[in-house]
Amino acid sequence: MTAKTLFEKIWDEHVVYQESGQPTLLYIDLHLIHEVTSPQAFEGLRTAGRKVRAPERTFGTLDHNVPTTDRTLPISDPESAAQVEAMQRNCPEFGIPLFALGAREQGIVHVIGPELGLTQPGMTIVCGDSHTSTHGAFGALAFGVGTSEVEHVLATQCLWQVKPKTLEIWVEGRLGPGVTAKDLILGIIGKIKTDGATGHAIEYRGPTISALSMEERMTVCNMSIEAGARAGMVSPDEKTVDYLRGRRYAPQGAAFERAAQRWLSFGTDPGARFDSSHRFQAEQFAPQVTWGTNPAMVVEVTGKVPDPKTMPDEASRAAAARALEYMGLTAGTPITEVKVDRVFIGSCTNSRLSDLKAAAAVARGRNVARGVHAMVVPGSQQVKAEAEALGLDRIFKEAGFEWRESGCSMCLGMNPDILKPQERCASTSNRNFEGRQGPGGRTHLVSPAMAAAAAVEGHFVDLRELDVKPLG
Amino acid sequence: MRAFRNFTGLVAPLDKNNVDTDQIIPKQFLKAVVRTGLGAGLFFSWRFGADGAEIPDFVLNQARYRGASILVAGANFGCGSSREHAVWALDDYGFRAVIAPSFADIFRNNCLKNGFLPVALEASVVRRIMDGAIEREGYRLAIDLEGQVVADEHGLRESFGIEPFYKQRLLEGLDDIGLTLAHSKEIEAYERAHPSPYPTP
Ligand code: SF4
Repeated sequence: MTAKTLFEKIWDEHVVYQESGQPTLLYIDLHLIHEVTSPQAFEGLRTAGRKVRAPERTFGTLDHNVPTTDRTLPISDPESAAQVEAMQRNCPEFGIPLFALGAREQGIVHVIGPELGLTQPGMTIVCGDSHTSTHGAFGALAFGVGTSEVEHVLATQCLWQVKPKTLEIWVEGRLGPGVTAKDLILGIIGKIKTDGATGHAIEYRGPTISALSMEERMTVCNMSIEAGARAGMVSPDEKTVDYLRGRRYAPQGAAFERAAQRWLSFGTDPGARFDSSHRFQAEQFAPQVTWGTNPAMVVEVTGKVPDPKTMPDEASRAAAARALEYMGLTAGTPITEVKVDRVFIGSCTNSRLSDLKAAAAVARGRNVARGVHAMVVPGSQQVKAEAEALGLDRIFKEAGFEWRESGCSMCLGMNPDILKPQERCASTSNRNFEGRQGPGGRTHLVSPAMAAAAAVEGHFVDLRELDVKPLG
Repeated sequence: MRAFRNFTGLVAPLDKNNVDTDQIIPKQFLKAVVRTGLGAGLFFSWRFGADGAEIPDFVLNQARYRGASILVAGANFGCGSSREHAVWALDDYGFRAVIAPSFADIFRNNCLKNGFLPVALEASVVRRIMDGAIEREGYRLAIDLEGQVVADEHGLRESFGIEPFYKQRLLEGLDDIGLTLAHSKEIEAYERAHPSPYPTP
């Protein structure tokens, strides 16, 4: 038998129909939906008189648009309210479970999938959201789709797909103190660039990846799309199995043990071949801070805002110059001299319990710097409850951070949580595009601990120079 | 889906790499529950200043590019989010095709589902088209999907690649879901062999 990669095993198992030279009709095991990219899909179904084929494999949440303040108040923006209402009408009408506001399962779609045990190894998972790659951390083939494809999956539970190529990203060695999964993936994107993985499914491999926790693997896989990848994945191992044991939608008892055996069999075989490969040494990465308007525009915290003149070609010189202008930065400024106005700890990249713990360890016994507005937005109601049980909310509030309800919040600012023009934000999210967090807003992507450190110092700091004791 | 017809149209140059979907259609326009009317938000923060007035420098605001139906742009066009609103906005504004050296995967897929043509050409060819659109007022291109060729009146004639499957669907404006449901037997057989791992709601 030929050695196969994780990707190939999942792909082969999900082929429903294939004609040579044509895209493949793939079965989709799990379809997650949210309020922003689904209304037009439901409208399409209604117009055509179609039903949802597999409502038991479809789950909805409200996350992109929802307020993170008092949930007992009505949503003030009429358009957001209309989108939320549409979701609350569509899901019951088509028999789809919805984790609505007020539900204990509510949260960011890519946080709750794993948390509820919906995300399982060997699955194909789609969602009308590009960061669906997050679920690949479990050894699933998970990718984002547009609204037409959402409608297609609702109606058929299948998708036509052209097989992507495979890309191995191999990392070995130990991440240094203060260097997190976020820094690793930002560092990698900085090297392979925003289209470095276009047309590919990435598998992250090697000792450094094996040593990461499930939550850290999710952070890494989450940002695969920022390198243009179709999907990012990690072969399932004992950590994957342990994470899923006892979760609500995971199999229980003896069925779990049988499932676990099957899950582990999806791992990439020794000797399996990838279409291409990159190798990295973990020690080469320091805490990272983005300076520009795409995630590949990134430097180490010890570095300086780069000079566009040093860029290799005309297009990147022009893009860098434009980015510096937008960001209000001057070439040559040390990163640690860049002051921040806002700090956002949240998003499907970094809003899980371990992220909040890392930020709280920095915040404990310190105060948010004067003039800085900092907020923490847990990824889900469950994360929020767990954090509160550990007293993290108190640590944050005592330090002067706001403690919010779960949702996407300032990651994309569809709700009232937005930057004002020219406000500068240290953000644990995944995109620093122009206007992403509000028109004219300036986003610097960092890890949760680096964001907390920027909040208390009022500017970026090398976290490694602070005396931070991990929370017990 | 609307069928894609061969046409000749005015070309607007957007000389940037990595044009992301947040630029194509900013988040405030994602609250729509219909697919139409999004052209008003296309490239919103590049087109309009904080006071709501048009920014005269921006290419789409220049009189000579009004009515353009082909956009030519730099590499990795459409990167970022999965929002299909990006294609709906380009389409609603009046574009029928985008030409670039490369496209982000999800964006390209979304185009193909909407009768909208993404044309990937060699960077040097895209450069020629870009320069044509910048230097010659009224620069037009003819796009022939059937023959897979773009051509201008000045000797440029280049063929482009597209998967036969997508080409057929675009030319005929076929309904994807209808085609898939023709495979219901195979889907049912798959489902019998692979029952849902979740409890039925
Ligand atoms: S947190 Fe941000 S990136 Fe993640 S799903 Fe929400 S909007 Fe998308």
